[in-house]
Amino acid sequence: MAIVQSKGSRWFNRAAIALALVMLVVSMIPLYWIGSTAFKNRSDATTVPPTVFFKPEITPFIKLFTSRVQQRGARDEAEYAAAPWWEKLVMDGGDRFIKDDKGNIESSGYSARFVNSVIIAGISTFLAVALGTITAYGFSRFKMPGEDDWLFFILSTRMLPPVVVAIPMFLMYRAVGLVDTHIGLIILYTAFNLSFSVWLMKGFIDEIPKEYEEAALVDGYTRMEAFFKIVLPQATTGVAATAVFCFITAWNEYAFALMMTNKTAQTAPPYIPSQLGSGLTDWTVIAAGSLLFLIPVSIFTFLLRAHLLRGVTFGAIRR
Amino acid sequence: MAQPALSGAGPAAPRRGMSDLAIRNLFIIPTIVFLIVFNIFPLLYSLGYSFTDYRASMNDEVHFVGLQNYRELLEDEYVWANFTLTAKYVIMSVVGQVIVGFGAALLLNRAIPAKGVLTTLLMLPMMMCMAVVGLFWQLLYNPSWGIVNYVFFTEGKVWLSDPDWALAAIAITDIWMWSPFVMLLSLAGLSAIPPSLYEAAAIDRASRWFVFRRITLPLVAPLLLIAVIFRTMEAFKTFDIAYVMTSMDETELVAIRLYKMAFLEWQTGRSCALAYLMLLAVLAITNVYVKYLNRLKAR
Repeated sequence: MAIVQSKGSRWFNRAAIALALVMLVVSMIPLYWIGSTAFKNRSDATTVPPTVFFKPEITPFIKLFTSRVQQRGARDEAEYAAAPWWEKLVMDGGDRFIKDDKGNIESSGYSARFVNSVIIAGISTFLAVALGTITAYGFSRFKMPGEDDWLFFILSTRMLPPVVVAIPMFLMYRAVGLVDTHIGLIILYTAFNLSFSVWLMKGFIDEIPKEYEEAALVDGYTRMEAFFKIVLPQATTGVAATAVFCFITAWNEYAFALMMTNKTAQTAPPYIPSQLGSGLTDWTVIAAGSLLFLIPVSIFTFLLRAHLLRGVTFGAIRR
Repeated sequence: MAQPALSGAGPAAPRRGMSDLAIRNLFIIPTIVFLIVFNIFPLLYSLGYSFTDYRASMNDEVHFVGLQNYRELLEDEYVWANFTLTAKYVIMSVVGQVIVGFGAALLLNRAIPAKGVLTTLLMLPMMMCMAVVGLFWQLLYNPSWGIVNYVFFTEGKVWLSDPDWALAAIAITDIWMWSPFVMLLSLAGLSAIPPSLYEAAAIDRASRWFVFRRITLPLVAPLLLIAVIFRTMEAFKTFDIAYVMTSMDETELVAIRLYKMAFLEWQTGRSCALAYLMLLAVLAITNVYVKYLNRLKAR
């Protein structure tokens, strides 16, 4: 740490802190903008100069989950009077809901994509962490001929550009009917996260003293029991951190999802941008969709903060 | 590292249950098989196709064409343009990230109130979905009411459809997103420098510049290098952010060209060949990365 002694260095220190705060503000502006646009009235979202203070609304979120079109001509006053408050909000903005034969409002594609994201990221994370943990234990505790080469091989699979892998995978998936299926994406994401999970978990397991298991083995545990009853409970933090990292990666993944899915199994990342071109762009709705999608990751980042460094370096730096 | 487990000579050699060898194989082999089946096998499959004129959109007979795809790609000036463009993008974005990220780390490497929260907030962008980031930066770059034009007094500038600026605009977004990565690694390096070195320098009345050149920089260099190699690799592979933000020839990075060739033009055979050219470049960078990572671990 810098040593503050002279008056000069104290001022230097203050200037540095001030500059750091400026940096923070600048880097937060885009996030503030997406967050605030999600609560704006449609006309406030695209003003010159940009609107900073405004009356927040939740209309964009209602629009996000429903399908609607622009109201042309006079609206049906009887229908308006009978509508619940949240439907009125959307109608006030000049939109009309698309209803099915029974008069129910059709939902937009967003919720289905969001659920897909949760399912696919969740299951692939579970698989990647489960496989990764036992493999990491294997590499950490047992000798293996060519161990470093195997570990390099595992890491290198992570570095492959998604587009390069996607071309042959698409052809293979097409042959076996896995295009646009949940299983198809789950397999791809598991493979993508597996190497990361092995490397990160190996770091965590290396830190658990092997004397614990040896004591258990002397006490008559089998190796398997020692792993499940002694090592695994000790590695809980590591497993949790690895799982969160894998989840974030799968949650954010765009390229595979774009190439391998189009509807049934589509996740949110390719869906949200695809809304841009459809009809009149309503940025408040896009912002609302983006915001909802970014919130889980932001929470996870705060939970993970102690392990961020370790995570982004594949467990190479442990501090 | 060295575990005596396999020798069976230790006092802990288990008598019941599975043997250590069996457990090792049970634990390791599924992962390796999984990765071979879903990563290596597809690559071999596409290597085969890279020597053919296969088009996945048609049922035509597939012909073996030898190295023709590779030869044509290497002679294609547009493909070269894609690679040059990508190199330009990598340099812009990585240099920007090092300047901003390392600069931020230098600023933050001191006692600051609420430092933990502050650094975590700064870290947020890099954890986000690149496609969504690209999307909402489109909102910021909007020529008529985007906040970028408002803040920089560049009224009406069309960042993302201006051939001269679009690539830089994407790089700026990438810098916003990934500078925190460089900052995180630099901070780790900076905080590991023993304070005694700075104290000794202060006693010698060394200048700030001298201290930076002779103490700070050399000691942070290894971690900074890791950050640079990793970001270079990722920037080279960039697809999401650029694909979402624009669709011009001037921003067609290699990954985007590859995607279009394979999934929009359906030139499957040729796209497999291009994929291999890209793969070779990525593997070369990966090799350097892993070498440094191992060297760092060994310390």
